[in-house]
Amino acid sequence: MTKQVQQLDRVIIRFAGDSGDGMQLTGDRFTAETAQFGNDLSTLPNFPAEIRAPAGTLPGVSSFQLHFADHDILTPGDAPNVLVAMNPAALKANLGDLPRGADIIANTDEFTKRNLQKVGYAVSPLEDESLSEWRVHSVPLTSLTLKALEELEISKKDAERAKNMFALGLLSWLYHRPTEATVKFLETKFAKKPEIAKANVAAFRAGWNYGETTESFSVSYEIRPAKLASGVYRNISGNQALAYGLIAASVQSKLPLFLGSYPITPASDILHELSKHKRFGIRTFQAEDEIAGVAAALGAAFGGALGVTTTSGPGVTLKAETVGLAVTTELPLIVVDVQRAGPSTGMPTKTEQTDLLMALYGRNGESPVPVIAASTPSDCFDAAIEAARIALRYRTPVILLSDGYLANGSEPWRVPETADLPDLSVEFATEPNGEDGSYLPFKRDTETLARPWAVPGTPGLEHRIGGIEKADGTGNISYDPDNHDKMVRLRQAKIEGIDVPDLTVDDPDGDARVLVLGWGSTFGPIAAAVRRVRKTGGKVAQVHLRHLNPLPANTGDVLRSYDKVLLPEINLGQLALLLRARFLIDVISYNRVRGLPFKAEELAAVIQDVIDSE
Amino acid sequence: MSSTESLNGKGLALVPKTEAVQTLKDFKSDQEVRWCPGCGDYAILAAVQSFLPELGLRRENIVFVSGIGCSSRFPYYLNTYGFHSIHGRAPAIATGLAASRPDLSVWVITGDGDGLSIGGNHLIHALRRNVNLNILLFNNRIYGLTKGQYSPTSELGKITKSTPMGSLDRPFNPISLALGAEAGFVARTIDSDRKHLQGVLREAAAHRGTSLIEIYQNCNIFNDGAFDALKDPSTRDEITVKLEHGRPIVFGTGENERAVRLSPDGGVEVVRRSEVAESEILVHDMHRPDPSVAFALSRLDDPSFEHVPIGIFRSVDRPSYDQLMAEQLEAASAGGTGSLDALLHGGDTWRIG
Repeated sequence: MTKQVQQLDRVIIRFAGDSGDGMQLTGDRFTAETAQFGNDLSTLPNFPAEIRAPAGTLPGVSSFQLHFADHDILTPGDAPNVLVAMNPAALKANLGDLPRGADIIANTDEFTKRNLQKVGYAVSPLEDESLSEWRVHSVPLTSLTLKALEELEISKKDAERAKNMFALGLLSWLYHRPTEATVKFLETKFAKKPEIAKANVAAFRAGWNYGETTESFSVSYEIRPAKLASGVYRNISGNQALAYGLIAASVQSKLPLFLGSYPITPASDILHELSKHKRFGIRTFQAEDEIAGVAAALGAAFGGALGVTTTSGPGVTLKAETVGLAVTTELPLIVVDVQRAGPSTGMPTKTEQTDLLMALYGRNGESPVPVIAASTPSDCFDAAIEAARIALRYRTPVILLSDGYLANGSEPWRVPETADLPDLSVEFATEPNGEDGSYLPFKRDTETLARPWAVPGTPGLEHRIGGIEKADGTGNISYDPDNHDKMVRLRQAKIEGIDVPDLTVDDPDGDARVLVLGWGSTFGPIAAAVRRVRKTGGKVAQVHLRHLNPLPANTGDVLRSYDKVLLPEINLGQLALLLRARFLIDVISYNRVRGLPFKAEELAAVIQDVIDSE
Repeated sequence: MSSTESLNGKGLALVPKTEAVQTLKDFKSDQEVRWCPGCGDYAILAAVQSFLPELGLRRENIVFVSGIGCSSRFPYYLNTYGFHSIHGRAPAIATGLAASRPDLSVWVITGDGDGLSIGGNHLIHALRRNVNLNILLFNNRIYGLTKGQYSPTSELGKITKSTPMGSLDRPFNPISLALGAEAGFVARTIDSDRKHLQGVLREAAAHRGTSLIEIYQNCNIFNDGAFDALKDPSTRDEITVKLEHGRPIVFGTGENERAVRLSPDGGVEVVRRSEVAESEILVHDMHRPDPSVAFALSRLDDPSFEHVPIGIFRSVDRPSYDQLMAEQLEAASAGGTGSLDALLHGGDTWRIG
């Protein structure tokens, strides 16, 4: 039978199953195949915080969504075209997101009476009419996998566990993905267990062959490679890009990187990644708690290292006092906050933009800290370098905001040429700077207002710093009222004077009256929404903030030059509050705090509403 | 022998030495000392300032890190590098510094409130981790800088402003705590005995890894006389149990001379010397790998203050964290140091255009 091949410009697939079904790995592999094939892509892993919630239940469902296309795309997609449901819970949890007419590939072996009961299905939805508006492909994935592996000497349990690779094989056939890299990956991953490697490869191939021979799939699909800017590409997640950015900052500054960190979702992968790269002289220190993580990083910075701590919101609250110490001792320090849903423990694996005000103001005293935010997974690389630039040049802690969506999401990244990376080298103080040959640790650079950085081991520059207010210049303890007022203002002026590029507005025709402003990870959904609106003739301008403190100098002018400014945020209007206070502009807030990124369609409708209300 | 082992007993091996002759004056900063007149901290400062020259280190390679409290002002008065940080966090800050700079001699100054209350977690983890640090814990059994509340080493029932009817929580014994955390070097000394204090500092500096030195320190404003029994000539010799490596543990004078021996329940007990055979007397071995006997000795002053051990309870060599970390970095770089270009281009890549 010759099967039909259909051309598509984009597809959104969601793999969903039990936490133990290996859906994240399946998604990662399909992503790798897709990246290698040359499509543009964007991913959205979505998993419970529990490592193994009770099997077959709704809270235990883990999913991985992948959007890939023959053109450049900006989000992991709103609604899947295909859902792979490994059990009834996965179907039930995800059906609501699935538009009518979409494909459902269901593992019928798991639609047992017991599993159906667990999620409240009285009758199997595969057997009644409830799914008649979707295209259902009933595939006994588990038994087909077992059958394919019956010759191998492995346990039934191990054989069953390979069913995710069967599913991957089937999907790889369906979308014409290259397979060699997955085979190689499995052989490497299970190098120490050759039988398991063999089983996974066999299941993967069986899935592919099943697609080719079965009658339940009469069509396969081709999505041509995307025409992206020329260069070398790789797929990268936000956390990996951030770790690479920190390594690059260490290389470019010629300072050893010291990471003090305490494991926390969704930031731990940065610690894991940096721990692998000791060849770069990187010291990773898993501290006893969040406070010790940042304190050790600050201690290392006092000694001349590029000090970094990585965490998420709950950790930032604990680090606040030490960040204040870094503010007043004016030492460089990078604090990475991979935001997650709060308050308190909140929803550790879900995304949010709710730490902005804490980053800006969550410390005692007048304690200004530069804050920057990454906008896409690969942008985390550049954001990390920018955080290091500011920290080193201005001798200040910098808070770098990422979030769960960026951290775990991935996209193709055009690998930069190392020659194009900025030079971040610093000059330590080596000579006395006082008129009488003394060393003044708080005598400032006239341009940047940064103080000198004299590291222990430098003869003649022995000095003491600390959390008590310091006399301007000498750094001696001072309770003088006027000196304190002066120091408070100097520290503020230093941060306000940070060199930050102006905003560039995207407004192709130059005649939009509505501006959509965003910061952080909403970049993709906003940009995709703006595209949709423009496609239907709507006029809308877009601008996105990397620097939240200080804001670009032209921010007020940009905001004032539009009739309306729309600001979508995954919080209750934190940046909006600031902009209203600072520029007296009544921005229109759009807020959803669902632990998930915005959808492009949703934002497009909001933008259109604002345009229509003009 | 690995390079780690070769550093055992050489806490300062990687710190550059100076040829210059140093004196106490070299270590005095230009800052006015602002403790209360009569504070025990003065004696400790003078002892440290006059001790540092004998190490022969380059002054710029010495760093004092402190937390918050009266004792934590210490770094300001020493002409070395210094970091007066925040409450309880000095061990963590010093850990980052010492782990990344093995060429520094790093000293932590803390107190019973700073180190055992708000910073208790950092202290025990520093001790188990064994970074090359010397921690001086000034124990005056009271909160001084906040004006006289009870501390985690105050005796049970302590009457203070915050406990007018007496404190309800049992105190920490800092030596027992440190031994429980399996610290490699644990000692106790006293502010008024400069010779003993300096002797302990000497051994601590030579120890590679984290050393904890509890210094009994008198707060003459809020807890005056807390350690008088150890200072008063009429009682001093009767209650001070001097621990000296290789020597039988005996104390007291005349008819009151007593000895320490192992007891059948696994602890140690105090007996009249006249009633015990010489061979039964416990000979102090600070290098004993197992900390149990040292722990038992640390209980001698608890709960009453009848016999108080002073000296080095434990001095056991094990690899220091900073050295092990340096070895991992070295091992990882055996095939050459990292190339940023190779890193960024690693993994599965593809070319467009």
